[in-house]
Amino acid sequence: MARVTVGQKQCVVNPLSMSQTIGAALAFMGVEKSMPLLHGSQGCTSFGLVLFVRHFREAIPLQTTAMSEVATVLGGFDNVEQAIVNIASRTKPSLIGICTTGVSEIKGDDLSGFLKLIRSSHPELGHIALIDVSTPDFEGAFQNGWAAAVTRMIEELVEVPLLDTGLSRRINVLPGCHISPGDIDELRDIFEAFSLDPFFLPDLSGSLDGHIPEEFTPTTLGGISIEQIRRMGSACWTLAIGEQMRGAAITLEHRTGVPYVLFDRLTGLASNDELMAFLSRESGVPVPKKFRRQRSQLVDAMLDGHFHFGGKKVAVAAEPDLLASMAHWLHEMGCEIQAAVTTTGSPLLESIPVEEVLLGDLEDLELRSAGADLMVTHSHGRQAAERLGIPLFRVGIPVFDRLGAGQQVTVGYKGTRDLIFDIGNLFMANMHEPTPRTWIPQHGNEHNLIALDLPQ
Amino acid sequence: MSTLSAKVQSVLDEPACATNQAKPDSERKKGCNKLLAPGAAAGGCAFDGAKIALQPITDVAHLVHGPINCEGHSWDGRGSKSSGPLLYRISFTTAMTEQDIIFGGEKHLYKAIKEVVEKYNPPAVFVYQTCVPAMIGDDIEAVCKAAAANLDKPVIPVNVPGFSGSKNLGNKLAGETLLDYVIGTEEPAETTPYDINIIGEYNLSGELWQVKPLLDELGIRILASISGDSKYHEVARSHRARAAMMVCSKAMINVARKMEERYGIPFFEGSFYGIGDTSDALRRISQLLVDRGAPAELLSRTEVVIAREEARAWLRIGPFKTRLAGKRVLLFTGGVKSWSVVAALQEAGLVIIGTSTKKSTPDDKERIKELVKDDAHMFDDLKPREMYKMLKDARADIMLSGGRTQFVALKAKMPWLDINQERHHAYAGYEGMVALVREIDKALSNPIWDQIRRPAPWDVAAVRDQLQIHIA
Repeated sequence: MARVTVGQKQCVVNPLSMSQTIGAALAFMGVEKSMPLLHGSQGCTSFGLVLFVRHFREAIPLQTTAMSEVATVLGGFDNVEQAIVNIASRTKPSLIGICTTGVSEIKGDDLSGFLKLIRSSHPELGHIALIDVSTPDFEGAFQNGWAAAVTRMIEELVEVPLLDTGLSRRINVLPGCHISPGDIDELRDIFEAFSLDPFFLPDLSGSLDGHIPEEFTPTTLGGISIEQIRRMGSACWTLAIGEQMRGAAITLEHRTGVPYVLFDRLTGLASNDELMAFLSRESGVPVPKKFRRQRSQLVDAMLDGHFHFGGKKVAVAAEPDLLASMAHWLHEMGCEIQAAVTTTGSPLLESIPVEEVLLGDLEDLELRSAGADLMVTHSHGRQAAERLGIPLFRVGIPVFDRLGAGQQVTVGYKGTRDLIFDIGNLFMANMHEPTPRTWIPQHGNEHNLIALDLPQ
Repeated sequence: MSTLSAKVQSVLDEPACATNQAKPDSERKKGCNKLLAPGAAAGGCAFDGAKIALQPITDVAHLVHGPINCEGHSWDGRGSKSSGPLLYRISFTTAMTEQDIIFGGEKHLYKAIKEVVEKYNPPAVFVYQTCVPAMIGDDIEAVCKAAAANLDKPVIPVNVPGFSGSKNLGNKLAGETLLDYVIGTEEPAETTPYDINIIGEYNLSGELWQVKPLLDELGIRILASISGDSKYHEVARSHRARAAMMVCSKAMINVARKMEERYGIPFFEGSFYGIGDTSDALRRISQLLVDRGAPAELLSRTEVVIAREEARAWLRIGPFKTRLAGKRVLLFTGGVKSWSVVAALQEAGLVIIGTSTKKSTPDDKERIKELVKDDAHMFDDLKPREMYKMLKDARADIMLSGGRTQFVALKAKMPWLDINQERHHAYAGYEGMVALVREIDKALSNPIWDQIRRPAPWDVAAVRDQLQIHIA
């Protein structure tokens, strides 16, 4: 059982955290023909946009209500209205997802009231879904904003089904924000192999997977359609991935009666065994041969890899769901979690196999990473890893100094197998070669050595 | 807030800005702070602009007072390089919470400054004001004053809430901050008749270092670069320079002008982009120094260096001519002067078929017209969709632009080169122009273009038939 502590520093140094605001914006990017709109000053949008461009290496649809000082004092109705009208005429979206910022929250703009007024005075916008979500950047973190946006889309769009749903092969999947476009592709293959027909909300695999569209599109290049979201009530069950999605899954269940099951992670042998057993039982399809082979390959990779993982000390910093997923899996591979730092609270944190989980920043991680064999966090860990002289494995968002961030796969037997290869290779590349001086005894330090020799 | 709005008003009505002075009285006061169209705006806020202008000061702590949207998404993203201190790459923010909003963030900010000073002991702390604390009335000037007195350390308030205006305005407000709190607060140990300031150069990708060796050779000392690769004390002592060059268009024109007024430092506006421009800049630096009393032989030494470097650059660009002749370029340079790059591209045989003039002055437009004759199109505001169409229809061979339009070109399967502030290559001075031509050649001659433009097998009729036969 980990002790969860909150950092007491007054100054955050090298932030780990990102805002709810852009977490929600990213969720809206998993919907086809969508345009997220941040209600705040233009910098809020510009910073988020650049961050996603650097991570995904894709054009990012993201707009701003461009609040000026005067508009901030007087209230943002005109800006919201004008922004929606401009976006509608310039980019012809199906959905505009409006996320608040600290600026609009403090002013107290009543966004849902605004939208009602805009709806009544602009009947020509009737075909566009307008969804507001409250995402102040002075509380919560990225994954909260993502989950909030998904919940709001369910509340506003999903229709209450008229017919009994039990016979359908349709399933809903609610992936957390730590599930990459590449992960979604992998999961789709898995579900389809069980003759299931998944709707992913959001579906970044259609929009931010990196592909070449036929024509220029100012909105998202793909994703789940509004029509598909409406029909989510006709699925036989919902699979939520990550504790962050529990609220959205419950909302969907209350609204439509579609029951949900939650997997808090899909990395590692045991988690995927559970997934396979569940899918086979629910679909009535025996586990296809290819997954039996993949499982066997994963077991073999664990055998080959455990020499390199065993006893290694790893410092991990990530959002709660990603942290829990990585820390549990590394622990299952024989690593010792030397430090765990995260952004916000979650019921998962206490279960993490480490003494303390700290809500903190990357300076905290750096201070706790001395002597570690590996650091696991997003690209902003690069300065700390360099100073400490330890390798960095990049996970989460943003990863701006490596290619293929959107295609990093960590789910399934295959994803777990490849993760062993990637991290194992980092360990191998950073092995310390012995020298004639390595084993010269230093008498008197036996007690220190005993502490180092024993596993923690 | 009234002091901020007065400040904003004063920097917008800039007497040394030719663009602004050319406007009618009624518009002049509005300056270049365009009214932003909600839902159709692109670009950074005033805080962003201030951070771009000041973060290149490498040895100070840059502390952002605001919630996480401001600093959390933007740190370690700017390409300004340092020859020594690395403190500027460490991110500091109060990451305000609901608690701060309710009770006010001033005490939190004070404690944060104290923590930074105790832990990192920088020569100064720059504190950036953002929208949220401005809305709840946090008085950062007062907090900085108290912190400076108690901690015995310059603590500089940079009052730039994002909603006060654009990135460009933020540049200027950053300059005002330096004028009000930093420049002239210390004295240099020694001065020489060869001391200059370079204002508005941020050493992105190390561009200052493409020019500095030539100044070193001429015996010209950069007393302060404001602010690329500079240190706090250098900026504080910059008022003793003999002359100044203002780079990067109009971003810090207020600093150059006020330093001339206050300290009698003459300045000129120049550019290190382009061969001719670099030569002009070196010439004018030397001339200003000689006017201020440096020995006149500096002029002839400068001409020797210019002649040698120009010949060397043209010699190196020459071989690219046959490879690049007739290739058509779309040039969207944003802040960088279009015309100064155009000459070098033409020398390498490239044809400019279109360029943006969105941020150019009427004067710039005239010069572009002269250079590119009638075959070029000048665009004030080309929409991404039209840009995409031009590239898709192969009316251009390559696009040079900023990151914002990168994917417009790449998704049309057309070569693209980053010439904006996030770029990874340095394009300043003589070295830089050779590098630019080399990068264009690398982009155009890459073997991927032929491969990726080939149709997929299932889109080729003959192959399709064959496949069917095979299947049958």
